[in-house]
Amino acid sequence: MNGLTFDIAHLLAGGLVLVSFMMLYQDRLFALINVFALHAVVLALSVAWQAYVQDAHHLYVTAAIALVFKAIVIPVGLHRIIQRLGIHRDIETAVGIGPTMLAGIGLVTLSMVLMLRVTPDADPLAREDLAFALSIILLGLLVMVTRRNAVSQVVGFMSLENGLVLAATGAKGMPLVVEISVAFSILIAFIVIGVFLFRIRERFDSVDVGALDDYRGERR
Amino acid sequence: MTAFSFDAVAAILLIPPLAAALMAALPNYKVTARLNVVASLLTLLAALSLFVTDRPQPGQYLLVDDLNIVFIVLNTFVGFTTSIFSATYIAHELETGRLTAPNLRFYHAMYQIMMFGMNLAFVSNNIGLMWVAVELATLTTVLMVGIYRTHEALEAAWKYFILGSVGIALALFGTILVYMAAQPVVGEGTNAMVWTVLIEQAARFDPALLNVAFVFLLLGYGTKVGLAPLHAWLPDAHAEGPTPISAVLSGLLLNVALYAVLRFKMLLAASPQAIAPGPLMIAMGLTSLIFAAFMLYRRRDIKRLFAYSSIEHMGIIVFAFGMGGPLANFAGLLHMVMHSLTKSAIFFAVGHIAQVKGTQKIDDIKGLTETHPGLGWALVIGVVAIAGLPPLGIFMSEFLIVSSTFARQPLLAIPLVFGLLLAFGALLLRLTGVAFGEPRGSTAPVEASYVPMYSHLALVFAAGIYLPAPLVAWFQHVATILG
Repeated sequence: MNGLTFDIAHLLAGGLVLVSFMMLYQDRLFALINVFALHAVVLALSVAWQAYVQDAHHLYVTAAIALVFKAIVIPVGLHRIIQRLGIHRDIETAVGIGPTMLAGIGLVTLSMVLMLRVTPDADPLAREDLAFALSIILLGLLVMVTRRNAVSQVVGFMSLENGLVLAATGAKGMPLVVEISVAFSILIAFIVIGVFLFRIRERFDSVDVGALDDYRGERR
Repeated sequence: MTAFSFDAVAAILLIPPLAAALMAALPNYKVTARLNVVASLLTLLAALSLFVTDRPQPGQYLLVDDLNIVFIVLNTFVGFTTSIFSATYIAHELETGRLTAPNLRFYHAMYQIMMFGMNLAFVSNNIGLMWVAVELATLTTVLMVGIYRTHEALEAAWKYFILGSVGIALALFGTILVYMAAQPVVGEGTNAMVWTVLIEQAARFDPALLNVAFVFLLLGYGTKVGLAPLHAWLPDAHAEGPTPISAVLSGLLLNVALYAVLRFKMLLAASPQAIAPGPLMIAMGLTSLIFAAFMLYRRRDIKRLFAYSSIEHMGIIVFAFGMGGPLANFAGLLHMVMHSLTKSAIFFAVGHIAQVKGTQKIDDIKGLTETHPGLGWALVIGVVAIAGLPPLGIFMSEFLIVSSTFARQPLLAIPLVFGLLLAFGALLLRLTGVAFGEPRGSTAPVEASYVPMYSHLALVFAAGIYLPAPLVAWFQHVATILG
């Protein structure tokens, strides 16, 4: 592998981590969804580059799915939902931005230390991709736990799945069945979530997950 | 012969989706409820035929071995009895208007798709395919938990969906890591995800990568097993969904995730330099057991009570498999079967009880043995069994687990026995209130299906007294495979 192809792959995967960080401090839903669309675009580029480098043509399909569904269809759909629900004001973050960013830095450090240490013999590109992928997964989890709004939790979950796609494409020659399944599960997940959001709205006029918390069965 | 045995696996995998398609198309719920029973029975017969026919050679995607036959037969059996219970249960729900006819079409189709997902997870020889199957089973149960569309049901389904997805995402990452570990040895492509190939070559895999992979897999699939501290979805999902779904969740879906953990545990055990998976599983099992035992005391909702009891028992089972060795594995396997049968029988009884009383609050249900002796005594036997009293089956498996722990790690036996006794006390305390005393709540007669619950309890009772020698031999053999 020559230096330039490696550098570009590195740049794109690193770019994904950067965009994940950008998600952490968005305090408006529209902005968060736009950043997620950017995340999906970078993912599509990264996967397409992997397809070119590994000469694996089926990965172009994965890139196309990322571009069409995650960068266009889903953000547009979420925009609509938000407008229909009339919740385009602030996200209620459960934790402040400063601590969240610090936690994010900690998680990225953790994943670098862990993944680079356990994969000394692996292909350098796959190795970096795995480390970046774990960072993205952990940052996606962080987005999910620091938000109380159902829509932003969904966005966090989808960014987490982007990390999984990055890991799957980085693992050379991983069978297509898995990539399709990942893309497919995202689609299913979106349908499920869409249905849920609609009903949540229908029943309680709020998509704040915190508002659902009053019922615990045991605590009244 | 070989051609016929291929048919057995194909039948297990084809009957449920075909039935699902048919039931989604048919409008009459009475017909679909019967069809559901018939389809489940056919799947069970196909599963039983695996015992007598030749097994297919393990392929790139499917595998039948001594281990997964146990799981498949248990799965299809409880799936069948639950479908009988479900037919009576939903008839009542339809009368009271909690469910409508279009809901039921959806419900029955989902029931069969869920059975398909679980069976596929058991027979898959490919770790990627197994992941897809577990994900499928999860998504269908999410939809069924939310089927009542109430505030509580939606909250439960949402929580289940989010936590289940995170768990399943971690499991996928672990699966990718296993592939990464296998790829330099086995080569690129599908072969590096085929379990039978992986287990042969595991000794040459990079142990560090395998260790990290196992941690992710244990956390990921462990979320679905309901291990503390990742159990938060489980009580809500059990309490708010329809009771037949609570029964299959506790009795079957937790086993599917457990099966995935066991497969990867075997992989790790085949690699001598990798960490021993036992201590991790023991720690998570004990945490779940003791945590759930304490939580049992404060329950006020009867379905939640038994949901926590499921966490407790999954903790015991994971602990037993974590201990490893022929005896503990045997006990864990037996405990898993006994727990599935007993817990689903309890949920069958609880489902009818909650329907006739119109509530799930423990305080509002009293004196059941007087007003509804059939249900009341089923609950008494079920709880006595699940609490681990002799002579029922769970007593035997718990006794084996405790005695093998005493023999090998006496210190670990202390928290184990403590947790068991704690849970025992809580369950009997709640039982006396519900089953005996001055009757409270509706005393209307109930149209219940007694056959499923009593046949489960009879099996548990029989297993406590006498285990047939071929079954013991089979379980012993599987226990040695499990390592």
